Amino acid sequence: MTALSALLVRDMRLAIRVGGGALMGVLFFLIVVTLVPFAVGPDLVQLRRIGPAILWLGALLACLLTLDRLLAADHEDGSLDLILMGGTPLELSLLAKAVAHWITTGLPLVIATPLLGLLLDLEPLAIGAVALTLLAGTPALTCIGLIGAALSVALRRGGLLLPVLILPLTVPVLIFGVAASNAAVAGPLSFGAPFMILCALTLGSLVLGPFAAAAALRHGLE
Amino acid sequence: MALVGPNGSGKSSLLRLIAGLLRPSAGRIEFQGGTAERTIGEQAHYLGHLDPLKPSLTVAENLDFWAGYLGDRDSPADEALAAVGLGALTDLPAAYLSAGQRRRLSLARLLAVPRPIWLLDEPASGLDAAGQERLAEHMREHLATGGMVVAATHGPLGIECEELRLGGSP
Repeated sequence: MTALSALLVRDMRLAIRVGGGALMGVLFFLIVVTLVPFAVGPDLVQLRRIGPAILWLGALLACLLTLDRLLAADHEDGSLDLILMGGTPLELSLLAKAVAHWITTGLPLVIATPLLGLLLDLEPLAIGAVALTLLAGTPALTCIGLIGAALSVALRRGGLLLPVLILPLTVPVLIFGVAASNAAVAGPLSFGAPFMILCALTLGSLVLGPFAAAAALRHGLE
Repeated sequence: MALVGPNGSGKSSLLRLIAGLLRPSAGRIEFQGGTAERTIGEQAHYLGHLDPLKPSLTVAENLDFWAGYLGDRDSPADEALAAVGLGALTDLPAAYLSAGQRRRLSLARLLAVPRPIWLLDEPASGLDAAGQERLAEHMREHLATGGMVVAATHGPLGIECEELRLGGSP
């Protein structure tokens, strides 16, 4: 087993055993989607119109739930020291941790989206569009969150700082994710343009995220 | 080599400097006889104050992870666990281990993955007399195979070694 696969398997195992991964995220997602109709009223037309935005917001907040433990847990028990010392490039190790986080947090949200879309009376086309945009966009949320996790890991109560640091950075992902979902259903834009920009944001964050996070870690932990 | 000295004299900082976890403000650290392509940290085991273990993973899973991550595994996890006296607890979650057992599990990492330098910070903390004797035995074996041990300690290590005193008199 290579170093990266060992890290990937361990983090996925931890997420499943500790319970802070898939189940917690999906439950939080469900609660957000269930609460919104209580706030805006049971108008199905309105819910159908704002449904993609609700699902995207719910997914974004659900991703935040576990991001603060992404590196903090390893810092607290000394594992991060050994990860820093190891021969594996830190950027790749952080990417492996981000992949594990996405598989255990982001992917279950994508899978749960069709069911939650039904609760908001979304049409099948809209549900498919939201699920597809979340599939393309949630890796960006994880990678942006990785930077925030690295910046806050050495700070006491850094978990509180994390949303303040990363939520502004996720705004473009949110904008183009919702825009692509809406465009698929109502237009007037084509689905392709905002979706391509969303994919570009994800690819950019996949490249930049681990490097920025590694630099923040090296600087912060000295 | 045993690093001795009062609290705050820099024993742990020196170990972290050697491991590459801290950057020296001046000077440099060289390891003669090692692999030139690899940093000292990549050729060293660092055993700090904390035991890098996950409570929800079993004893064997914890060791398997580090053996897989650090690579160059020398012996199966079971052998390393048996050598530190945890052979019967492989399937037990690490959450149930006592402080001494957690320390022994951390020491098993040093045996499972061979590295020439051992950087040990208070390695005997939490260990009972038998555990300390076993630790001394492992250090002697490591030294006998050409390895190097640099240990920060407040008590005797149980092996013949040089002593570097830091700070004032304890």
